[in-house]
Order: sequence, then structure tokens, then C-alpha cells
Amino acid sequence: MTAPTVDAVVRISGVDKLFGAEGGAVTTALQGINLDIRRGEFVSLIGPSGCGKSTLLRIIGDLIQPTTGTVTVNGKLCALARRDRDYGMVFQAPVLFDWRTVEDNVKLPLELMGWDKARRDERAREMLGLVELGDFMRHYPYQLSGGMQQRVAIARALSFEPSILLMDEPFGALDEMTRERMNQEVLRIWERTGITVVFVTHSIPEAVFLSSRVVVMSARPGRITDIIEIDLPRPRDVDTREQRRYFELVTEVREALRRGGDHAEPGSPVEDVAAAASPERTMAEGGIG
Amino acid sequence: MSVAATTPRGVPVPPTRSSRWGRRVRFYAPTVLVFVTTVALWEIAVRSGVTGGVPLPAPSQIADALAENWAAGRWPLAKAAAATLFEAIGGLVIGTVAGVLVAFATARYATARELLLPLAIGASAVPIIALAPLMNNWFGVINPLSKMMMVAVLVFFPIVVNVTRGLTQVEPAALELMRSYAASEGTILRVLRIPNALPYFFTALKVAATLSLIGAIVGEYFGGSSDVLGRVVVQSASALRFDVTWAAILLAAATGIVFYLVIVAIERLVIPWHASLRAQEP
Repeated sequence: MTAPTVDAVVRISGVDKLFGAEGGAVTTALQGINLDIRRGEFVSLIGPSGCGKSTLLRIIGDLIQPTTGTVTVNGKLCALARRDRDYGMVFQAPVLFDWRTVEDNVKLPLELMGWDKARRDERAREMLGLVELGDFMRHYPYQLSGGMQQRVAIARALSFEPSILLMDEPFGALDEMTRERMNQEVLRIWERTGITVVFVTHSIPEAVFLSSRVVVMSARPGRITDIIEIDLPRPRDVDTREQRRYFELVTEVREALRRGGDHAEPGSPVEDVAAAASPERTMAEGGIG
Repeated sequence: MSVAATTPRGVPVPPTRSSRWGRRVRFYAPTVLVFVTTVALWEIAVRSGVTGGVPLPAPSQIADALAENWAAGRWPLAKAAAATLFEAIGGLVIGTVAGVLVAFATARYATARELLLPLAIGASAVPIIALAPLMNNWFGVINPLSKMMMVAVLVFFPIVVNVTRGLTQVEPAALELMRSYAASEGTILRVLRIPNALPYFFTALKVAATLSLIGAIVGEYFGGSSDVLGRVVVQSASALRFDVTWAAILLAAATGIVFYLVIVAIERLVIPWHASLRAQEP
């Protein structure tokens, strides 16, 4: 899946983002960000809290404007790409509408985009089949578990065939078992649809398991410190998490994060990231899937 | 348990009909028991003379007064209750429509919100009941509209405050999601803000239903047509017919409860998905 294509779907050039009130202190959330993402790539943004990874995702999605620099998507400025509905978004919370059934939640973007009813029905069935929730179409969100709700959110994000899927720590609120299962599910969907994915996470194993490339960021100011190619063979499954190469890459990403963290003050959240990764690794070694 | 109980990934299974009734009985039994005990103790206390000089009729006397004066006599209670309910509903409709309109304006325009919302919250702390004589003066003491306007003013503020909250307190990620679909403000209002505001609206409406009867009865205390609950309370009390006074008060309470339950029923029909309903359901 890392087959070299010259075709950059997302091109981020010279992006800076400053936050600050008038007269107050200015925070540099992002500094000098350059990144090309190829068609069909699965790119993870990883870094400590405050490194601006979620901000960068929102800049790509035209939900936040960069202070300087540009983002183009499919050769268009990202503002136009958003109007063209090029983005599917998945947030940490499922953000399902309580008053809509599972089916109607998936149909929401299709309604807004003026699809006719027959096509909406067909697509909702198809997408819920894809995330294996075909039996829950008429349920309300509160009747589903957290992992199931997030699968509905993924079905909704993919329903209108956007060219890019932007995911902001989508499994951060799930327990470890569910998270691993969801990782597997996302890979399966990605392989079937060939969609380009930008995935924000603070879990090293998750980033390594999923990605074609892992973009390592550091905080204050937020910038890209490393880009690590993940050359694990595909399709990836439970066994992938037990391969020697997998652990090497996890270590590589962890060290890249630590190097980036050297610039931050002591006790920075980088340590937390590394610490948080170890129990996951133990579980992977235990072969729980 | 049925096959549905073993759905994968721990999906909650709806309870069967019989177990739901069983739980309902267990849920309401203590309340009913306390009510019956209270009425019984009241009856015994009055009959045994413990209440002494306090003019308190026994529940049985009140029941008799209610039956005697239901349709006939100097104080026809059923007619009075219907007239009072008419005022309450009329006022509720006026106040709710006005409140919802203002809420949409305040939700849409930040300046209107900053200006009006603190005012509305402040005004709801004012004893609005004090306006009753003015309303009678403005809209005619005999005209039921004067009582309706009293009610309208009373219910207006909770409606404004709650509906504005419902329209504006939307999950930030939901707004981002709508923006990622390039949805217009009008679409966001229709698809997200209004459904989000419905539970807030019904919460306010339940409060308003209770307030509306208070407003109507207090308005009646200050004069007007005599066949209304407020006048019956005032006149029967001054005629020392406390059994009728109590009958009128209980009838007002019963009307209020029925009114409230009707709104709860409408709420269940309109927003069956709402969480607080699911939590309350025994």
C-alpha cells in the first residue's frame, strides 16, 4: 500500500498556526509544517498532548485556518475541498444524533447532499454492512456500545465516498480490547475502499499497526520531527502485533518521540506517551486479540 | 430469556411486558402507600378531635363537598375548573409561542443573546405574580384574557431561557461535523439545533404547565368572573365553607397533575429517544 505514486492527495506547505488573544501571550501551535500525503495512504500523526496534531488535522479539513501556509487537497485549496465534500470526519466521540436511528445517522450527510431516497437507503444498508452493524439499523445510538457507536460514525463518514478520511483519536475513549478490534476493522475498510486516511493518535502501537507512514510531532512549538515508513506486510492482523519487525518499529517511533521530547521541558507529556504504550505492548505479546 | 438476550457485544435487551409491569408496581407501590396512609391519618385526626380549634375538614367531608358542588349550587366546581384550565391553557400557548420566538432570536443573534438572556434570567427571579392586578386593569377584569396574560408572562421566561440553551448548547464536535458537510446555518438549525432543543423545551413546558395554573388562579384572586377556581376559593373561605375551599384546592391540584401528565405524554410521543425519559421509566 506504500507503492510510490507521485499523486499527492494532500499537500501541506509552510503551515504555521499561532493562537493568542490580542495583547496576550501568543502560542505557536504549529511551525513550518510541510507534508505530502499520497493517494490511498494511511498516515498517522502522533505526538504528545499540545503538539498540534489535532490542530493540523482540522487545518487539513478546513475547520481551522492556518496563520500562514496553504493546504491543497486534490489540487484544490482545502476551503474548496470542504465545500466539495471531500472530507469524512470521525472524532473521538461518535457525535451521533440521539434523535436519529443508526440508519438515519448514516444517512445524514446523504440527506444534506441531496441524494434521493432509494440511493440513501441502499447506501446506508451497504455502509452498515461494511461495519457489520446491519442488524442494528433501527436501533437508537443509546442502545449501542461505545465501539459500535464509533463504527456507526465511521459508516457515516464513508457513506458519501469522500476522498479523505480524517480521524481524530477515534478510539481514544475505548478500552484496549475494543480498540484493537476497531484497528483491525479500520484496516479492513481501508483496504476495501482504498480511501486516504489521516489518523491522529497518541498510541504508538496503534499508529504502527495501522499506518503506511507515522508522522512524529513534538510540542512547543508543534512541528514534525520524524516521518517513519511502516514496512510491515499487509494484510495486517493479530499476528502482525507479534512480529519482531513490529516491535522494532514501535521502538523506533518511541525513540523518535523521545528525541522530539528532548526539546520540551522535563516532565513533558512525552514520557506519558511512552509509559502508556508499554501495557499495550505487554498485551500484544500475550497474543490477546 | 429470548434469543435477543444473547445479541453479540452486550446490547441491552428490552424487558418483557410482564417484568415491566412488575417493576412498575414495585416502583409506584411506596408512593401509593404513603398517600393512602396520609389520607387515613388525616381522617382519623379530624374525627378524634386532635386538630382542636383549627377549621380543617376531614377528607370524607371534602369528598362530600366535591360531589355536592360538582355541577350545581353556588359554586359549580367542574365549571370553575374548566374555566380556570381554559385560562391556563390560553396563557400557556401565548407565553410559549412568544418565548420560543424570542429564544430563536436570542440564539441566532449573539448581541440579542448578550442583551436579553441576563435580563430574562433576572426577570424570572422577580415575583411576577405581583403584576396580576395590573393585568386585570389592562386587559379587563372580566375578560379571561387578563388571566391568560398573567399566565403568559409567568411562563415566558422559563421557556426563553431553556429553549435558548437548547439551541445554543450543542456539542462542538457536532458543529464541526456539520461544517465538514459544508452545511449552511439554516441547515444546522433544522438538523441539529432544533432537535437538540426539544428536550429543553419540554422541560420548560412541564414547569410552565404548573406555573400556568398558579398564574391563572392568582389572577382570579384579584377579581373577575365568579365561576373560576380562584374565586371559589376566595368566596367559599370567606363564607367559612372550608370543605368547598378544600375541594376547590384539590380540584386545582388534580387539574395541574393531569395537565402535567398530558405534557409528559406528548413529550414521550415527540422525543421518545430522550435520555431522561428512559432513565425515569420504571
